[in-house]
Amino acid sequence: MARAELMDFDKALELFEPVMGFEVHVELNTKTKMFSDAPNVFGSEPNTNITPTCLGLPGSLPVVNAQAVRYSISLGLALGCEIAPSSRFARKNYFYPDTPKNYQISQFDEPIAFEGSVDVELSDGSIVSVPIERAHMEEDAGKLTHVGGSTGRIQGAEYSLVDYNRAGVPLVEIVTKPIYGAEHSSPELAKAYVSTIRDIVVSLGISDAKMERGNLRCDANVSLRPRAAAGEPVAPLGTRTETKNVNSLRSVERAVRYEIQRQAAILAKGGSITQETRHWHEDTGETSAGRPKSDADDYRYFPEPDLLPVVPSAELIEELRSALPEPPAARRRRLKAEWGFTDLEFQDINNAGLLTEITETVAAGATPAAARKWWTGEIARIANTSDADAASLVSPADVAALANLVDAGTLTDRLARQVLEGVIAGEGTPQEVVDARGLAVVSDDGALIAAIDEALLGQPDVLAKIRDGKVQAAGAVIGAVMKAMKGQADAARVRELVLERAQQV
Amino acid sequence: MSGISAEQVAHIANLARIDLSPEEIATLTAELDQIVDSVAKVTEVATPDVPATSHPIPLENVFRDDVVGETLTVEQALAGAPDHDGSRFRVSAILGEEQ
Repeated sequence: MARAELMDFDKALELFEPVMGFEVHVELNTKTKMFSDAPNVFGSEPNTNITPTCLGLPGSLPVVNAQAVRYSISLGLALGCEIAPSSRFARKNYFYPDTPKNYQISQFDEPIAFEGSVDVELSDGSIVSVPIERAHMEEDAGKLTHVGGSTGRIQGAEYSLVDYNRAGVPLVEIVTKPIYGAEHSSPELAKAYVSTIRDIVVSLGISDAKMERGNLRCDANVSLRPRAAAGEPVAPLGTRTETKNVNSLRSVERAVRYEIQRQAAILAKGGSITQETRHWHEDTGETSAGRPKSDADDYRYFPEPDLLPVVPSAELIEELRSALPEPPAARRRRLKAEWGFTDLEFQDINNAGLLTEITETVAAGATPAAARKWWTGEIARIANTSDADAASLVSPADVAALANLVDAGTLTDRLARQVLEGVIAGEGTPQEVVDARGLAVVSDDGALIAAIDEALLGQPDVLAKIRDGKVQAAGAVIGAVMKAMKGQADAARVRELVLERAQQV
Repeated sequence: MSGISAEQVAHIANLARIDLSPEEIATLTAELDQIVDSVAKVTEVATPDVPATSHPIPLENVFRDDVVGETLTVEQALAGAPDHDGSRFRVSAILGEEQ
């Protein structure tokens, strides 16, 4: 594949105005699928989470998952949308083996949510309001693996293998209106928009939102139009391309920048842009031409005869509206200021999805710094090695209790890690583990002094050095005392006492 | 009045990935045309004050709780498939891109 010619980004912006639009698919984390009671679980053996409905077997019928509807309404409200008093499902007909029915159940002319806007914060602190056209419910497709051919892609493949575990997983597709005026910030806005959508669905608790798993997927539409000279009318919108397969925040930013540069190079030479889907390649940082828009994009939508309209009551909508969390951007700004964290510290928490845990730990009495340290440090490490969710290991209340035991001097960090292990193993609260395992720091100076005196007298050369003012020699004595105390002493206090006793023994 | 053209039949057959001969297209065009004409009679009685109907019974909000039920075994799932490879369905490679 020949490399596409790219125009310098600044030069491209001089000549053209970029216009963007995004379609973000969010997989909901309901327990079951959109239209069947098959489990909605990631990572199972192929074709184990399926029912006759998932396979479109004769006689099977879809039934709408009530929780998916509630989640979709909550998301619609969080996007500032109107909720349709009545909305309907439609069949989107296409023939491809990722959907066994030969149609996808989606919504067409009656989406559940429409006309909203989302405030997105750029790194310079400015806020861009992204207009939302609609958010509609639909079902995910199965997963194809292409076998044969060199790259695992469809081109050159000999056959494809299909796993329908994902077929029927509830999706909400969020569609923006065209976004104008982002100019040089277009790539950054693209990334910040998707990141904001991720924050929203995480704070609502309606999606796992892991982009690497495809829980959140972005299709980025980009077009360019020439800048109008003074007095001339604004040019009509240029032909757009839709880049698919953009599955990380960083890729969203890079893909938009790449398309602006690629299209600008073509247009500047008098060429024209082909309306097509393009595929993003993470490895090369390029997009390649996919399927051109053609006759095949004729989905023959019609109302789904097997499903009835969704007519949410005003009470339900108000109940969900009143349960909405604080908007993520506002919440982040408030917490970051309250906690005094740096951007980087705060990003770590956010990326690890631990904002809620840390908030609750602080509410339970820990300092923000201690809460952050435990959750992003030791607990995240254990979660990683045991392949569990950090939040499932230990409660915020226990983490707060543990942090407070350290602050009170009852535990050293090292002891506290042992206590944490005990808590995670189900041995009780931190205090119960301390009591049961006898892990508290020895704070009885009498016991410490006895051990120190013994260690000092046992190493007369070290004692002499300390008396000569060579305090760094105290390390050897501190080590011996900590060993005698089985680590259950506060090293700083031991050091203090060692220097004191060296003048007295 | 002819409602269906041979081009439309060829287009829909292409969408549905059905390979039709010119003779079949001609036959189907005539048959479908007749069907469409018959159905079109409905429009003669449907006045603007009759709302479009997608369902004969006025029901709404038929939901189920989000509770996991019984699933098929892999063997059951694959039982009707012409071909499979391990626990996955095997299909011929279809040119064109994923939707």
